[in-house]
Amino acid sequence: MADAASLTPAVGLKNSMRALRRLLPLIALALALFAAASGAARADAFSDALPGFAEDSFSATDTALKAVATSGNPQAKAVITALQNSALVFDPDSKAVFIKADDGTLLDPTTGKPAANPPSADNLQAVRLNNRIRGALDDALGALTLSSPDRATRLAAADTVFKSRQASAVPALKAAIAKETDPEVKRAMLDAEAAATITDTNAADADRVAAVNVIRDRADPDALALLTGLSSDPSQAVRDAAAAGVASIKNALAIWGVVQNLWYALSLGSVLLLAAIGLAITFGVMGVINMAHGEMVMLGAYTTFVVQAIIRAHAPWLFDWSLAIAIPLAFLVSGAVGVIIERGIIRFLYGRPLETLLATWGVSLILQQGVRTIFGPDNQQVGNPSWMSGAFQAGNITITYNRMWIIVFSFAVFILLLGVLRFTRFGLQTRAVTQNRSMASAMGIRTPWVDALTFGLGSGIAGIAGVALSQIDNVSPNLGQSYIIDSFMVVVFGGVGNLWGTLIAAMSLGVANKLLEPFAGAVLGKIVVLVFIILFIQKRPRGLFALKGRAVEA
Amino acid sequence: MFKPIRRLIGSLAAAAAIALPLATGAQAADDTIKVGILHSLSGTMAISETTLKDVMLMLIAEQNAKGGLLGKKLEPVVVDPASDWPTFAEKARELISQDHVAVVFGCWTSSSRKSVLPVFKELNSILFYPVQYEGQESERNVFYTGAAPNQQAIPAVDYLMSEDGGSVKRWVLEGTDYVYPRTTNKILEAYLISKGVKPEDIMINYTPFGFSDWQTEVSKIKAFGSAGKKTAVVSTINGDANVPFYKELGNQGIKATDIPVVAFSVGEEELAGLDAKPLVGHLAAWNYFESIDTPANKKFIADWHKFIGKDTRTTNDPMEAHYIGFNMWVKAVEKVGTTDADKVIDALPGITAPNLTGGVSEMLPNHHITKPVFIGEIRADGQFDVVWQTKGLVPGSPWSPYLPESKDLTADWVKLKCGNYNTVTKTCGGSS
Repeated sequence: MADAASLTPAVGLKNSMRALRRLLPLIALALALFAAASGAARADAFSDALPGFAEDSFSATDTALKAVATSGNPQAKAVITALQNSALVFDPDSKAVFIKADDGTLLDPTTGKPAANPPSADNLQAVRLNNRIRGALDDALGALTLSSPDRATRLAAADTVFKSRQASAVPALKAAIAKETDPEVKRAMLDAEAAATITDTNAADADRVAAVNVIRDRADPDALALLTGLSSDPSQAVRDAAAAGVASIKNALAIWGVVQNLWYALSLGSVLLLAAIGLAITFGVMGVINMAHGEMVMLGAYTTFVVQAIIRAHAPWLFDWSLAIAIPLAFLVSGAVGVIIERGIIRFLYGRPLETLLATWGVSLILQQGVRTIFGPDNQQVGNPSWMSGAFQAGNITITYNRMWIIVFSFAVFILLLGVLRFTRFGLQTRAVTQNRSMASAMGIRTPWVDALTFGLGSGIAGIAGVALSQIDNVSPNLGQSYIIDSFMVVVFGGVGNLWGTLIAAMSLGVANKLLEPFAGAVLGKIVVLVFIILFIQKRPRGLFALKGRAVEA
Repeated sequence: MFKPIRRLIGSLAAAAAIALPLATGAQAADDTIKVGILHSLSGTMAISETTLKDVMLMLIAEQNAKGGLLGKKLEPVVVDPASDWPTFAEKARELISQDHVAVVFGCWTSSSRKSVLPVFKELNSILFYPVQYEGQESERNVFYTGAAPNQQAIPAVDYLMSEDGGSVKRWVLEGTDYVYPRTTNKILEAYLISKGVKPEDIMINYTPFGFSDWQTEVSKIKAFGSAGKKTAVVSTINGDANVPFYKELGNQGIKATDIPVVAFSVGEEELAGLDAKPLVGHLAAWNYFESIDTPANKKFIADWHKFIGKDTRTTNDPMEAHYIGFNMWVKAVEKVGTTDADKVIDALPGITAPNLTGGVSEMLPNHHITKPVFIGEIRADGQFDVVWQTKGLVPGSPWSPYLPESKDLTADWVKLKCGNYNTVTKTCGGSS
């Protein structure tokens, strides 16, 4: 019973407070209903989307996936992850969708708990994936995993959002950027935010130009792709900024392209070096043209295969060490075969280069057919140990691990050989015989032993090369044929008697080949290099680093 | 004193050596029908062709178990042309003139087929060619049970241009340097341009057989794919160069969701030697996949595993092509009651035989067959998931309508008795 006279401020306040207190439960109820309604709305959008997975059509799955991803339902991530792992199944009759847990139980996707009346497992089909769905899955998970505790996941999520440029992911991005402490991940997230801003045509021009500059600084092929797509944008300022950005990125990428090409040249040169260095030694010491050199490489590759087969069968935990075990074995196998060839055949043919050529050619055919008979003519699968697979980015170039380790390995072998020739007694004798056979013999060096051991050394090195080459090439009985021509090119070009000549020749041929390949293609590049070598040896028949002094005699 | 005796023994032995095979050969010709198998068992193509030799041996053994053909047993004659194209011609001649085979099942690369064509024409024998190829050919003595471009290449490109395939706008045509990829890429380039693709959005590269240093090429593909438009690679790489190619794709991190690669010469057999996990999502276009679930296919795979003794050996499209071709040949021979080449060649058009994916294939007057088209994505276990297929069977058409030199040509060995009949000038064109 209030009348105007009794409504003093204090009383007014008490009355308002009383009214408020009476309304409080109503307000709370309204809020709860609202929350439930929106929760239900979210759950509705989510549950409405689920039957789309049961239609067994890629378009329906795509639509359902996008609806689930934007529904905001806490179960969305579980459903999306299940779909990615082919663990989302449906019953074609009832159109019910389930998540299949690792132990085989069927979970209700809306609750994550085991389903009430699960149908029999035989009736269920997995929701099928194709590239389009996989791409959409990556995008969806990217947006949802921005706040994951795992750094690698956050980085991958930021990259995915950068590629997908979804405007809907921007709020989650902003929240994640605010919390991020790791500089690399934060940079990736800022790039992603910039990418989303650029493609948002409603954003202000100034914001978009600033975003273009952020992307320009990223300076990688993805950034180039993004800015090139802006060439038809309605805003002039954005078009100008994008054009400037594209020019600057292209310059940067051109420089990186040259660096990348040099890397490829280095790796090709290292392969040539490994294959040819054994030949350089045998040709240098004895003047023997060994056409079976490629088969020594092949034997080394097959040794790796056998070692890996034994490890796989008896000691799978040793697989990452398989190459380390194979290297000495390959050296021994190929070296032994080399010594046998030398003692058995070549010894009788000194001073007769044509006969040696023919005889070693025959030996190569025998070895090829022998391997074919024992192992079969098919390619054998030689696996890459885990430290040889994959790649990493250094700046803007991709460095694959297998090539990197092969470069390291070839230089190690080269230095080792230099050491053997320089510092060991055997090396001294070899050098003496290379320079002047008759004089060395007169000095008391047993030249037949030196010949046999040198041939063994050269073949053994070829065997080690085979271990390395098995990682990047097919292992088949014809493996040697692919490398014999290249080995001879390196030896002819580089000259004999000097290992440095072989190194320079291998690297030059690698560089020449790789510089030509982007312009002329692989086939024409090889032809040009071959023609160049033919012309070169017209002028300098002994090669780059010919031995000074007396000619090498048989 | 011993010399004349030694000489006598020597000449007797020589005479026996010459006479014996002739005698047994003549005897064998009466009792068996010889079937020639001309597939590389060594060299760069052995990875693909060895399994075709094995499936032919299985089909012949199965037919013999049913009682043979025309009351006689079938005898396989296997030769190894060693991935060397001139040797293919030599071995084909040996099979036809010396071994007197009634039919030859063989070849993979178009180079090997072109090399043996003159031999089959001259000696009038029959070749069943089971591999997808570039078309632009229809010979009287050859029956093409593999896909023509309109049964593989064109549908694959259509799929990639569709929304499901990724709405691809930029194309890399990557091939091995010989006639099949060169011709197929010519056709595809003309087709893409006719569909509105700009020439600067098409990049064509060739590499030699057995190529293993893929770093630069894969890097070029990556760079080409960074122009802001969705890019795909159409691969006509043949033989074991595919292994280091896919390994390099995996190593450089090119995922199928970024730049999909659709291959025309890579199937279950070529993937058997690879770790397929980094390749999940890359595609192949064929008329058959081992993963297709039909009773006929299940039975074929079970019989194959029993015959070869190894559960891990895969089946693939060219094997199905030999299955269809062999059954068609058997039916034709039974229809005319003889293995005489001319009669069988005339009897084959119109013959039908079931395929392994639930349909029935028919031999057409142009010596090609009707086949369904499937696009499959690589699974982590090296099998394929079918993501698209034609509703029915597509008839093979060898002369491409997208190239000016072939758009007026048609092949008909039944009514027109011509493989390259020009429908505009109404004349039979001579050599293709």
